Amino acid sequence: MTTSAAATSQAPAKGRKARLSGPDRLTVALMVGVPTLVVLLLVWGPAIATVLFSFFDWDGYSPFSESPFVGGKFYTEAVTIYPAFWPAIQHNLIWLAVLFLVATPLGMLTAVLIDHEAKFTKFYQTSFYLPVVLSMALVGFIWQLMFSRDQGFINGITGWSIDWYGDSRYNLWAALIATTWRHMGYIMLLYLAGLKGVDQSLREAAKVDGAGERQTFFKVVFPVMAPINIIVLVVTVIESLRAFDLVWVINKGRNGLELISTEVTRNIVGEAQRIGFGSALATIMLLISSVFIVIYLRIVMREDS
Amino acid sequence: MSDKRPWTPARIAIHAFLLVMAVVWLFPLLYALAASLRNYAYTAEHGYLSTGGWTLQNYVNAWETAGFTQKFINSAIITVPAVLLTLLLASCVAFVVARFSWRLNLALLGFFTAANLLPPQALLIPVFKMFQKIEVPFWFSDSGTLLDSYWGLILVNIAFQTGFCAFVLSNYMKTIPKELYESAMVDGASVWRQFWQLTMPLCRPPLAALATLEVTWIYNEFFWATVLLQSGDKYPITSSLNNLRGQFFTDNNLVAAGSLIVAVPTLAIYFALQKQFVSGLTLGATKG
Amino acid sequence: MPRRPSTEAEYLASLVPASARAQQAMRAQQLDRRALLRGAGVAGAALALPSLLSACGGSSGGSASGGGAASGTVKLGSNQSDAVPKAAVASLVAAFQKANPGLTVVTNTIDHNTFQENINNYLQGSPDDVFTWFSGYRMRYFASKGLIGDISDVWGNLQGYSEAQKKASTGDDGKQYLVPTTYYPWAMHYRKSVWDKHGYTVPKTLDELVALSTKMQKDGLAPIAFGDKDGWPAMGTFDILNMRVNGYDYHVSLMAGKEDWTGAKVKKVFDQWKALLPFHQADSLGRTWQEAAQSLQKGQSGMYYLGTFVAQQFAKGAEQDDLLFFNFPEIDSAVGADAIDAPIDGYMMSKRPKNEAGSKKFLEFLGSGPAQDILVQADPSVIACSEKADTAKYTKLQKASLDFVKQAKSIAQFLDRDSRPDFASTVVTPALQSFIKNPADLDTILGQVESQKKAMFTS
Repeated sequence: MTTSAAATSQAPAKGRKARLSGPDRLTVALMVGVPTLVVLLLVWGPAIATVLFSFFDWDGYSPFSESPFVGGKFYTEAVTIYPAFWPAIQHNLIWLAVLFLVATPLGMLTAVLIDHEAKFTKFYQTSFYLPVVLSMALVGFIWQLMFSRDQGFINGITGWSIDWYGDSRYNLWAALIATTWRHMGYIMLLYLAGLKGVDQSLREAAKVDGAGERQTFFKVVFPVMAPINIIVLVVTVIESLRAFDLVWVINKGRNGLELISTEVTRNIVGEAQRIGFGSALATIMLLISSVFIVIYLRIVMREDS
Repeated sequence: MSDKRPWTPARIAIHAFLLVMAVVWLFPLLYALAASLRNYAYTAEHGYLSTGGWTLQNYVNAWETAGFTQKFINSAIITVPAVLLTLLLASCVAFVVARFSWRLNLALLGFFTAANLLPPQALLIPVFKMFQKIEVPFWFSDSGTLLDSYWGLILVNIAFQTGFCAFVLSNYMKTIPKELYESAMVDGASVWRQFWQLTMPLCRPPLAALATLEVTWIYNEFFWATVLLQSGDKYPITSSLNNLRGQFFTDNNLVAAGSLIVAVPTLAIYFALQKQFVSGLTLGATKG
Repeated sequence: MPRRPSTEAEYLASLVPASARAQQAMRAQQLDRRALLRGAGVAGAALALPSLLSACGGSSGGSASGGGAASGTVKLGSNQSDAVPKAAVASLVAAFQKANPGLTVVTNTIDHNTFQENINNYLQGSPDDVFTWFSGYRMRYFASKGLIGDISDVWGNLQGYSEAQKKASTGDDGKQYLVPTTYYPWAMHYRKSVWDKHGYTVPKTLDELVALSTKMQKDGLAPIAFGDKDGWPAMGTFDILNMRVNGYDYHVSLMAGKEDWTGAKVKKVFDQWKALLPFHQADSLGRTWQEAAQSLQKGQSGMYYLGTFVAQQFAKGAEQDDLLFFNFPEIDSAVGADAIDAPIDGYMMSKRPKNEAGSKKFLEFLGSGPAQDILVQADPSVIACSEKADTAKYTKLQKASLDFVKQAKSIAQFLDRDSRPDFASTVVTPALQSFIKNPADLDTILGQVESQKKAMFTS
């Protein structure tokens, strides 16, 4: 695949740019300019502003220019005296690890198995995909019917009285089960779509060469799936960094369910608006995101060049 | 297609695994469905593992309590333009990235896709303050600013979703043979015509797939909607579940009914576009 | 402060002299905007409007104090999203409109939690003219930030309010910002039928409470129902223990950030709590207060320290009449037991209402006896603030609540209303939950509270 994509995009190279007529140049400028402007104003601009806000003690009411510069005060406070900070970082990492090591591989495995089979695939596919169309808030609620201590299904049939959503020993794992329930189907579908696109002749060629099914998959199919693998990776990282709705619905991200996103929200959206402190937490979140963004961009670039 | 291969132990094992997984995956939804059909007083007394107390009343109550009619309309007002505009803008970017090979292309794609990865919570305060300051004509928003206006919310959704769509679409567009463009150029087609009349029709499968995904995502979007809209009567349907979870009283069966009502449109779209969905997300480019 | 018009009608009306503005803005809203603008274009219509407006011209308005003619639309932001209170607000509005034919009240109902979480953004955006809110620091905070409207002149016309209630509605600048409508005390609730069956009697001291709890455990009951999933119910327990151990004045000062959280006094409160924790329902952090209340209702637990809104989990009539409460017992005889939590709910006006005269008229109505009668009849777990309200129709529980608050010498509002909102929600809530989870960590937890308090209250 890499070769064909590269071939189409590189062959005409610079000569074409020069050949664009005036109106065409305007068209291209608008086609890139308008979306760029929207994203610049609503995503990148605010991201920079957030970083800026984190160094000032602004109450949000008086003009920003009057607020005092406090330097790294809020960062120091976050990592030293804010009790939820380190648990939140830890929970986000666990979240990423579980999605990456359990939910995503499970989704890939079911996709491969479904692709391998022809019978009942529509049923399987639908069962796994249904949770994906639900919002995370709905997912949280549906699992509450399972996990509720006094009225939930799990305790109901096992006779346990474990407080799945409330006990901080269990609730992160309960939330992760609910997340996996949704994430797995999403990955399955992306992967299945990728597998369906693999040229059948490739597999047949491999078979002729005497490769077993497993070998065919790892030596032929998997490498060809490189773009899908990247998308799957990106989706997994997006979902785990942005994890928010689910824990917010469960208990507002407290008592064992702290995530960076919930701590940011608690400090800037709630009745308590601590813009500087919340922005400092948000900036830390942006920094962590950017590590993954850079990794991802590097993969994409290597893929394309 | 029918599978005529013999039932080897390996295949039986695969099906057994998939079947168990499917049942486990469907169970929570079916359980919610069952709960939504039960009378609260009955389950409160006898527990959920009992049988009996069946009723449809929860659906009627949920619909009325949460004002679903208006909320569905609101969701449509937000979702439809947001999805259409996202796809249009993303196609534009993807086309330029896929069609012309400039040094800036990768940076451009990175600019959009990275924006997709940023956490929305981290951007809230600046976006909020900006919307509060931006005055718009009253025919555009009855609040006079982008705050508490559908367009403000739509714009934010577009900004956040364009990256992913541009990424998927550009991957797909790269597989379109360059000879097509060359013959079009020989015919003197402008860039816009190449885009609109040549590329876009070819991109139907990924557009359909992305439309499904985007409708689901934007319809389910919750965070921006509750922060940027301020009138209860403008809230989209996802926020109305909160109306069912009373401050003082939570009727699980009622909320289950409400949840399923909210899920209906996305389920319907999935079933309607299921086929295009898998084929469209092929993401092109796997022909080796 | 230069103000930006927030509706079209307002913008048009801003072109007329300020003195006549309030009245005319409302009238402009009544005009059919489309008809006005059709064919003319916005600018043209705007220019044409002043004369049109003066032609309609009302008497100059602004203040409702005289009870003069107010008209137009008042927007009401309500967090009463549950079916019963929502209906109560609707009948309240209907009664008001009947008495004031010229005024229409449009209700904007927002889910209770969403409203509370977004109050900051709501007030800074385009808030409704009149909206629901609470008394205490939680009100003064927004008043001091200049986000809510001064309604001192409305207070001039209100009757039947105590000095204490007026004080609870007053901002730091001495002006009034809230019309209190209902309130409810916090107390130890129990079911009479359950207690009669076991022969329990109301404990007067802490020792008696402990003895009673031990007895309940032997009888197979969870002595004290408890659910702190939402984070705030534990604040009630903290408040009452602090007021019993250290007294009301110290409590107020602690809430204002003036006391040391790592000091001996606060520690004593938590030690007392630690001693009582084994009598509380276990696993409380995963239980909502509703679930805890249901355990009381089903007779699985013996008592429950909560606001009287616990009654909402009990069926109206006989079941609610079976619900009694007693004052949390004395811990230190030098301190006594005459301080309680009894938070007040009410209505405020936004800083720049679109219809100030109408809003004040409506607020005045909300402060009247008949208006509050409607509210307390719809929700028998609260009582009316105004003495003009009709107490004859009160249920047994409401009568008990009224007597209870009357005997109290000092009334606190509740932790999250008596302290800075950011301190209460981002510091105290998680700290109390950590304590409940692991009481042995007390020193660490209080150390974290103190250092965060210092960072916050100085800023």
